[in-house]
Amino acid sequence: MTAMIQSLFRFIIGGVIVSAFAIVGDVLKPKSFAGLFGAAPSVALATLGLTIVADGLAYVGTEARSMMAGATAFFIYASLVSRIMMRYKFPAIWVASCSLPLWLGVAGGIYYFVLVSA
Amino acid sequence: MRIRVDLSALRQTKWHDYAVRFLFGGFITALAGIIAKKFGPGIGGLFLAFPAIFPASATLIEKHEKEKKKSLGLDGSARGRSAAGVDAAGSSMGSLGLFVFALVVWQFVQRSSMDRSYRGDASMADSLSGSLADSKGIVGFDGEYCSPTTGEKPANRI
Repeated sequence: MTAMIQSLFRFIIGGVIVSAFAIVGDVLKPKSFAGLFGAAPSVALATLGLTIVADGLAYVGTEARSMMAGATAFFIYASLVSRIMMRYKFPAIWVASCSLPLWLGVAGGIYYFVLVSA
Repeated sequence: MRIRVDLSALRQTKWHDYAVRFLFGGFITALAGIIAKKFGPGIGGLFLAFPAIFPASATLIEKHEKEKKKSLGLDGSARGRSAAGVDAAGSSMGSLGLFVFALVVWQFVQRSSMDRSYRGDASMADSLSGSLADSKGIVGFDGEYCSPTTGEKPANRI
């Protein structure tokens, strides 16, 4: 499978799975419960099957280990965003978007200092 | 807390909101694959836990709550922000589930690789060297070693 076709495949599968989880989150009440689906492993589910076939189990293992760092960063990111939205009068889009570098920094930091350097 | 399903929320969501989520989700998934190929599975794996649709969802929730209050002649800005904040708090709990998901996948891969080596698919020496390699950040007990940074598999096994 060429890289282009693989990327296209990932795009379609990823789009469908992410949208499906978003719809589930939309229809569930209360919102604190529905929010759980905002952190569903949608990108991972879309990717892992294809990665196992294309690159093997060892590759998936390495990705999953890094994903734990990403999930920890997600926890810190979502907690901070929640606190800012509740306390201050900033629009949700700005808070959620401007905090994304925090996710990147924490995920990168954990990856470098815990997974690579240790 | 009583959990219920409210299908009327689907009617509030416009087709372009779904399109944005589809595009974001698809883009991030494709990007995670491209990053893994370019920088290795170690870096690529981080993006499997990227908050792909979180900003779009938070914005949508804020908008819906505002519209609800506006239809009653009230200003729903504070209510909208609060609802998005509650959703974000739920997502932070969900990220713990995401962590456990990754942990289970990682352990499953490790164990299934070990099972293969016990069955004789790989030698004991391979298993031991795999364990040592793993402690340095290279996963694999079955000879499928790959660099955490580049994802390259060496031509000659250890």
